[in-house]
Amino acid sequence: MTLLDVENLWVKFPSRQGVFDAVRGVSFTLGRERLGIVGESGSGKSMTGRAILRLIRPPGIVTADQISLEGDDLMLKSERQMRDVRGQRISMVMQDPKFSLNPVMTIGQQIIEAYRLHNKARKSEAYAKSLEMLEAVSIRDPERVMRAYPHEMSGGMGQRIMIAMMLIPNPEILIADEPTSALDVSVQRQVLSIIDKLVTDRGMGLIFISHDLNLVADFCDRVLIMYSGRIVEVCDADKLHDAQHPYTRGLLNSLPRLDAPCDKLQVLSRDPAWSEAPSVSARL
Amino acid sequence: MVRSPKCECAPVSMLNVDNLSVWFGNGRDRVDAVRNASFNVNRGASFGLVGESGSGKSTILRAVMGLTPNWSGAISVDTKPVDKTRQKSFYKVVQMVFQDPYASLHPRHSVDQVLGETLYLHGFRDIDARVVKLLDDVGLGGKFRFRYPHQLSGGQRQRVAIARALAPKPSILLLDEPTSALDVSVQAEILNLLTDLRTEHGLTYIMVSHDLSVVGHMCEQLAVMKDGEIVEIMEVETLRKAQASHPYSQELLAASI
Amino acid sequence: MVDIQTWRAWLLTDTPTSRRHAKLSTLYQGWLSFRGNTMAMVGLWILTLLVLTAFAAPLLAPHDPFAQDLANRLQPLWSDGHAFGTDSLGRDILSRLIYGSRITLYIVALVALIAPISGLLVGTVAGYVGGWTDQVLMRITDIFLAFPRLVLALAFVAALGAGIENAVLAISLTAWPPYARIARAETLTIRSSDYISAIQLQGAGAMRIITKHIWPLCISSLIVRVTLDMAGIILAAAGLGFLGLGAQPPSPEWGAMISEGRRFILDHWWVATMPGMAIFTVSLAFNLLGDGLRDVLDPKDSEK
Repeated sequence: MTLLDVENLWVKFPSRQGVFDAVRGVSFTLGRERLGIVGESGSGKSMTGRAILRLIRPPGIVTADQISLEGDDLMLKSERQMRDVRGQRISMVMQDPKFSLNPVMTIGQQIIEAYRLHNKARKSEAYAKSLEMLEAVSIRDPERVMRAYPHEMSGGMGQRIMIAMMLIPNPEILIADEPTSALDVSVQRQVLSIIDKLVTDRGMGLIFISHDLNLVADFCDRVLIMYSGRIVEVCDADKLHDAQHPYTRGLLNSLPRLDAPCDKLQVLSRDPAWSEAPSVSARL
Repeated sequence: MVRSPKCECAPVSMLNVDNLSVWFGNGRDRVDAVRNASFNVNRGASFGLVGESGSGKSTILRAVMGLTPNWSGAISVDTKPVDKTRQKSFYKVVQMVFQDPYASLHPRHSVDQVLGETLYLHGFRDIDARVVKLLDDVGLGGKFRFRYPHQLSGGQRQRVAIARALAPKPSILLLDEPTSALDVSVQAEILNLLTDLRTEHGLTYIMVSHDLSVVGHMCEQLAVMKDGEIVEIMEVETLRKAQASHPYSQELLAASI
Repeated sequence: MVDIQTWRAWLLTDTPTSRRHAKLSTLYQGWLSFRGNTMAMVGLWILTLLVLTAFAAPLLAPHDPFAQDLANRLQPLWSDGHAFGTDSLGRDILSRLIYGSRITLYIVALVALIAPISGLLVGTVAGYVGGWTDQVLMRITDIFLAFPRLVLALAFVAALGAGIENAVLAISLTAWPPYARIARAETLTIRSSDYISAIQLQGAGAMRIITKHIWPLCISSLIVRVTLDMAGIILAAAGLGFLGLGAQPPSPEWGAMISEGRRFILDHWWVATMPGMAIFTVSLAFNLLGDGLRDVLDPKDSEK
C-alpha cells in the first residue's frame, strides 16, 4: 500500500553562476515501511525531505511530475492547504532539538499547542494526551518535564520531546532528518528504538535521512543512496553491505573498523560519470 | 594498525599529565570538567581519549594548550614541566587541530594569510617557500593558496588547519575530533593524511574522539572518560578483542559495533 | 567584448593566483551582490552626486551664495535666475544648497572617521581584555549613552563655543558609545571562537589579535551602522545649526538655512523647505546605502 509517491522531483537554486540543481529527477514511493535516504553532505538528501513538504524557500524552485500523498497531489495544493498537511499528515524531526524547540515556552505549552493546532480539544484533554505522548517516548516523570523549559533538557531528552511533538497529531508519514547525529552513541540507540516502536505501532511510513550507512542498514527496510542530487542505487537495507554501485562500496570501505585493522583506509575516488547517469527510480 | 616509528632508544615520555583537574567558575558556580586525570604518552606514540559529550575529553586538550584558566596538577612536555603561563617555545613543540574546520579558520583571512601569519609569529623568514611546502605536505597544492575559507570544502579547510598546526614544526599534535564534522569519505582522506604526517615528521598524537573505531584505527593506547574522570586506560588490542574491563567502556563498545 | 569577458572570468575565479587577485575577486563579488540591490544603488547614486556637487560647487552654482540682493529677497520658486527662489537677504537658495553640500560632507566625513574608530577601539579592547578594563570602559560608555545625543552635544558646544568644528567634535563625542557597545558585543562572540584560540596558540599577543583578527570582523557591521546613523548625524548637525550652535551665519549650512527660513514658513515656505528636502534626500540615501551594505558585508549573512 503506497502512502507517498514522488515522481521526477527537482529542486533548483538559481544563482549568479547559473542554476544549481540540488535534487535532480528523484522518484520513489513510500509504503508503511522505513525508507532510508543516505548520502554525504550536499547529496540532496535533506533537500528531498524538505521538498516533499514544500519547505524550500525562494529563490529555490521545486518541480515534480507528482508528489502524491494517498492520491492527493501535494504539488497542486495552495500554501494554505499545505499548512494542513504539515504536522497533521506529514511530520518532520530535524537534527538538533536545540533549534527546533522554542526556548521561552515550556515543553508542555509547546506540545499542547501542537496538539490543539490540529485537533479541536479542550485544554485538559490536550494535557492528558501530551502526558501520554511523553510517556510513549519513555520520558520519566512527564509532569515535571511538561513544566520544564527546553534548555533544562539534555540532547537526547530534547530529541525525544521533538518526536513526541511531531507524532501527537498522528501523522501518516514521519520524515526524520538526521534525528540522532547530534546525540551520543548510547542515546542514539534509545531514540531510534522509540522512533521504531512508534512508527510500527501506528502503521506509519518513515523517511529516515542520514549520512550513517551502518545506522541506516540496521534500522531501515529499504535504502536509497544519493549522490549529487540523484539516486545512484536502491537496495534492501539488509543487503546494503553487498551493494553494487562503486560509490556505495567506496563509502562502506572508507569507514575504519575495529574488527578489521588496516594501515591505510580506502579512499573514495569519484567518477564524474556518477553524477551524469540518470537517477535510479525507487518507485515500486 | 599503525606502529610507532622505530626508535632504538628506550621509550621517552613526550607528554605527561599528572593528577590534572580543570574547573570553570568559582564558589557555588564551580563546575569540575576534569577530575584527577593522569596519563603518559611516549615519543612517537598515538594516544586516544574517548567518551561522550561533556565527559571532559576536549577540556584536557584545552588545558594542556593553556586555553582554560583554572587547572591544577602537573603537565610536562618532553620531561620538562609546563609553566602556568605558556612560553612561546611551548607552542613550537605542541600544536592543536580543532574539531570544526568551519569555525577554526578566520572567515576573512585567505589560506595564504593564515599560514603566513603563523610562520611569521614563529620567527620564520622564508615564508613564501614554506607556505608552498606546507600546502604540499597536506596535499592541497599551490592553487589553494589564495583562497578564502568559504571557497573551500570541509575537508580542504581541515587540511589548512592541519597545515597551520604543522607550521612551527611541532613534535606533539593534539587532535580534537578532527574528522567528526566531515563526511566519511573525507574522514578517510584526513585520517590517512594524519597517518602519513605522523611517520614523516615523527609526531606524537593525542586524539580526542567519540568514535571508537576512529581511535582504534589511529591510536595504540586509549583512555575512556566518563563525567570528567578517566575510568580506564587500555591498549587498542584489548579494545579490538572487546576485553574492556570497566563496565562503561563495555557499554561504549557495545554501542559502537 | 572578449576582453571584458575574460576580465569577468578572471575576477570571478575560484582559484585566485596571487594576493592581489584574491582581494580584487572578493571585492568584485561583493560589488556584484551590492549591484543587485536596486534601492542601495539609488542611495549610492545620490551620494555620488552629492560628492560631485561638493567638488564642482563653483562651477555648478549659478550665483555667489553670499551675495545679498535685498531688492530681490524672498523670490518664489522658478523666478528669474533663481530656480529655488531667494532667502530673506536675497541670496540664491540653490547656490547656497550647492555650497552647503560641502559643509554637510565635511561634517559627515569627520564624524564618520572619529566616532566609529574611537568606538571600535574602546569596544574591542574592553571585550577582549575583559575584567576591570571592561568594567571601567563600559561604565564610561554607559554614562555617555545615558544622555540624549542633542542635549550632550549642546553642552559640549556651549562649553567649547559655537562653530562647525566644535559641532563635529560634539556630535562625535556623543556618537561613539553605540559603536563601542556593538564592537564589544561582537568581540565577545569572536573572542571565544576557535580561530582566535588557534592564533593564540601561535603565540600572538593581544594587540595583534585585536587589530588583525577582531577588527576586520567588527568593521563591516560598524560600517553598516555608520551609514544607517549618518542620517541621524546630519540631522544632529542641522539641529545644532538650527539652534545657532553649529555653523554660523552667513555659512550656508543646511540646518542653519532652515533655522533662518523658519520665520517665513507660512508666507514663503520654500525658504525652509528646500534645505529640508536636501537633508531628507541625503539622509535617505545613506539609509538605503546602509541597508545594501548590510547585505554585502554582514558576515552572519555572507557565510551562508
